[in-house]
Amino acid sequence: MLAYTLRRLLYGVPILLGVSVIVFALIQFAPGDAASLLIPPEAPKEVVDQVRAKLGLDKPVYVQYVLWLGRLVRGDLGVSIVTNMPVASELSNALGNTLMLAIPAALLGFTLGVGLGALAAFHRGTVLDRLFSATAIAGVSLPHYWVGIVLVAMFAVVFNALPAQGMGAPGFPRTWAQIRHLILPVITLSLIPMGVVSRLVRANVLEILSHEFVGSLRAKGLFRRRVLRHIMKNAAPSALALMGLQFGYLLAGSILVETVFNWPGSGGLLNLAIFRRDIPVLSGTIVTIAAIFVVINIAVDVLQALIDPRIRR
Amino acid sequence: MVSTSSETLLTLPTPDAALTRARHGRGYWKNVWRRLAEDRITIAVMLVLIAIILSAVLAPYLTPHDPMKTSVFARLKPIGTAGHWLGTDEIGRDLWARMVYGGRLSLLCGVLPVALALVVGGTLGVVAGYAGGVVNSAIMRSIDVLYAFPSILLAIAICGILGSGIRNTILALSVTFIPPLVRISEAVTTQVRSLDFVEAARASGSGTALLLRYHVLNNVLGPILVYATSLISISIILASGLSFLGLGVSPPNPEWGLMLNNLRPAIWVNPVVAALPGVMIFLTSMCFNLTSDGIRQAMDVRL
Amino acid sequence: MSGASSRLSGPPLLSVRRLTKHFPVRGGIFKRTHGVVQAVDAVSFDVQPGETLGIVGESGCGKSTTARLLMRLTEPDSGEVMFDGEQIGGRGGPSLRTLRRNIQMVFQDSYASLNPRLPVGMSVAYGPFAHGLRRAEALDRAATLLEAVGLEPALYADRYPHELSGGQRQRVNVARALAIEPRVVILDEAVSALDKSVAAQVLNLLVELKERFRLTYLFISHDLGVVRYLSDRVLVMYLGKVVEVGPVAEVWEHPRHPYTRALLAAMPTMDPSRRTTEALLTGDPPNPINPPSGCRFRTRCRFAEDVCARHEPPLQSSADLRDHAIACHMVHAGTGHSLAGTSGPA
Ligand SMILES: Nc1ncnc2c1ncn2[C@@H]1O[C@H](COP(=O)(O)OP(=O)(O)O)[C@@H](O)[C@H]1O
Ligand code: SF4
Ligand SMILES: [Mg+2]
Repeated sequence: MLAYTLRRLLYGVPILLGVSVIVFALIQFAPGDAASLLIPPEAPKEVVDQVRAKLGLDKPVYVQYVLWLGRLVRGDLGVSIVTNMPVASELSNALGNTLMLAIPAALLGFTLGVGLGALAAFHRGTVLDRLFSATAIAGVSLPHYWVGIVLVAMFAVVFNALPAQGMGAPGFPRTWAQIRHLILPVITLSLIPMGVVSRLVRANVLEILSHEFVGSLRAKGLFRRRVLRHIMKNAAPSALALMGLQFGYLLAGSILVETVFNWPGSGGLLNLAIFRRDIPVLSGTIVTIAAIFVVINIAVDVLQALIDPRIRR
Repeated sequence: MVSTSSETLLTLPTPDAALTRARHGRGYWKNVWRRLAEDRITIAVMLVLIAIILSAVLAPYLTPHDPMKTSVFARLKPIGTAGHWLGTDEIGRDLWARMVYGGRLSLLCGVLPVALALVVGGTLGVVAGYAGGVVNSAIMRSIDVLYAFPSILLAIAICGILGSGIRNTILALSVTFIPPLVRISEAVTTQVRSLDFVEAARASGSGTALLLRYHVLNNVLGPILVYATSLISISIILASGLSFLGLGVSPPNPEWGLMLNNLRPAIWVNPVVAALPGVMIFLTSMCFNLTSDGIRQAMDVRL
Repeated sequence: MSGASSRLSGPPLLSVRRLTKHFPVRGGIFKRTHGVVQAVDAVSFDVQPGETLGIVGESGCGKSTTARLLMRLTEPDSGEVMFDGEQIGGRGGPSLRTLRRNIQMVFQDSYASLNPRLPVGMSVAYGPFAHGLRRAEALDRAATLLEAVGLEPALYADRYPHELSGGQRQRVNVARALAIEPRVVILDEAVSALDKSVAAQVLNLLVELKERFRLTYLFISHDLGVVRYLSDRVLVMYLGKVVEVGPVAEVWEHPRHPYTRALLAAMPTMDPSRRTTEALLTGDPPNPINPPSGCRFRTRCRFAEDVCARHEPPLQSSADLRDHAIACHMVHAGTGHSLAGTSGPA
């Protein structure tokens, strides 16, 4: 088990390096370099050279990369060219706000997904199941951020029941006023994992139910407890793996949802950075989210191997 | 190919051969076609899809309005307004005109990236699968790196850093779809490569190009294509998402995602109009999804 | 088949020397090589033009790997294969392409060995086509061959594999193998998957085709009865090694290696006088990853002694018949085995 964990962790290193190379390459291809964004175009050449030297832009590309990577590893993501704040501190605030949405959304999406998927499987072929399939197909075809817009139109505009924008008072939600701000974005975001998880759970449960001994258990009336336990044990690893992946998508997908709800999270930060062409904020946020995604994947693999030893080869 | 075999030394009456062909020579694709034709839902969905595509192509004939023409006097008119049956947007452009014209860029952003990714990713995957060994490892490990980005993040990274616009959108989405296409192509090719008939063809002294063409490609292309069609709906959604973030198509061009973005403030005035472009994205994406499902079932491909 | 021995004197068509293939087994943190499966280990034998050499042995003993090595579908680790006196792939020798023109193979799984997306006529035509025949000519050739294997081209050429029965598909595979006019055909369990009566028809067809096209067969099977019926000589393999080789009648009447004797004894027979009391093979073959030292059969051999663990018995001709070679310390004189030279208790 330890060997497997080590191998998985080691395997993550080249992936993270690859991620850094891709982002660095993208920055190189970005129109205009960091110096030209800082200084007015009419500045004399000496000033330009000075700034370029200060930023290390006069060095060869690979040296720049190594320096950049070195800073990255130390947690230095650079400085925003708009606010002059360290990207790392801006990002950590924003990420906190994003997690405030993402964690409840993941829990909600996962719970509903498992519940709906199992329900559909137990009622296979009935109207309920067909309704489920139709909804699932519709679900994966929906742009979820648009659902956010529709929810706002319904609950904020038409019924005027919930707030449409922002998070109210900043900080961990304690008051009802703060929680009210969470409701719509969390529901919207939970749609991302819900559809996929429910489809997988439905397929898994159907497969398990088709095994003969489960049928005989059912026949003996020993249904609920043991069958459910059996199903949980068998369906859990793959559902877990999927959830790990989905949590990554959820973090990334929150960019759109946060834009819809003006939520001050990492997505909102990214959107702002795009709008202002603030490359350090942009690249720092992207590298960080990708790294989180890689780590989540490794963690899920290891957890999966813990549950199901066959996976460690 | 079929006709030549009856002109051989074994002289045979042609009608006979034709009859046999009719009875037995039904190939795989004919079977697929028959199954597809019997699937009413898929056929219906495909018709809707064709209608959507035609409406985009024939946009100028479907509306007298210029999708770019603004009017200060006709802003945010509701549905059913005389002359603008779907109403107008926040700067008075006819919404129906923008919907049909918008289909052009939205469909382009759905289909073109997938097609490009299919060419690049499919080739890489088939090469990796067929070559195996070091080549396989090199290609697949590089692809693993791209997999470290959740798809929307990769698209945002490319567009966000390189700048908005339709070219970068298509580039970004193509890159986003390359990894899954490489994986699926590699998986099917590896599977097919180890089958006895490929070995037998190799044993007959055939060159690699011919072997790929006659024995590998015609067995892997089906599943790969089916998978690619299932990506179109995702591509449409992602493209609209990029436009919604201001990363995709630049205004004032009509495109569904961008329209959603522009109409967002209008939600307080006219929520129904503001939601309309989303309906088109949803409808188109769902049609592609269902069509892909139908074709997959007809081809009996398991992914 | 009586003429077999007279052919043995001439130069061999195919000559295999110390052919070896070990497959690495990987595992552990860094997927290190943990061990090797010695699938084929220093195997040598000759095939005379026009003969049928049967290859028998339990599943997993390396028969298919040997076949694949001969066709170079798998690259050998070492050893050489000479075709018609010339070394394959060697300097100035015939190329791989020439080899594959001359040796063809029929696989066990008749369905998997035909491309499901091609009409069978096209599958048969593919070989000649790949060798430069024009499409129409290749299809003509395919039609001739389909007829030769008893499938009316007009009825069958345009069909797809799934529209044929197992026997018909295997006939197509035979036609496909013959399409580029090889001199040697390797039949790897070619009839093992077929029903008894269908298998018999295909076997008869194989005999007929051999005469008609002057073929040389390598007939691989675990079915001893079939091997007896078709072969002139037989080669017995155990865990990647040749343990006995000789004329089929001789080996059947006087099996010398304890493994061969056990194999034959385990065979169901109609003739009560041939029913032996010899112990049947017990247990599974040992793990091929770490085969026993010395004689690989010793863990299951009734006559195993110290010498069997110390020294690997070489494949040597028997004292009374040059054609008959055995790899066993008990058979040959002066090996240090207590029964050396006696060929064991009768
Ligand atoms: N490609 C391969 N990789 C690893 N091991 C293999 C491979 N091919 C065959 N082997 C191993 O080599 C041994 C001999 O296999 P094979 O030649 O197929 O035996 P047979 O045809 O006599 O049943 C078996 O132990 C098998 O597991
Ligand atoms: S060498 Fe020894 S162990 Fe091997 S077969 Fe002969 S007697 Fe048995
Ligand atoms: Mg075999």
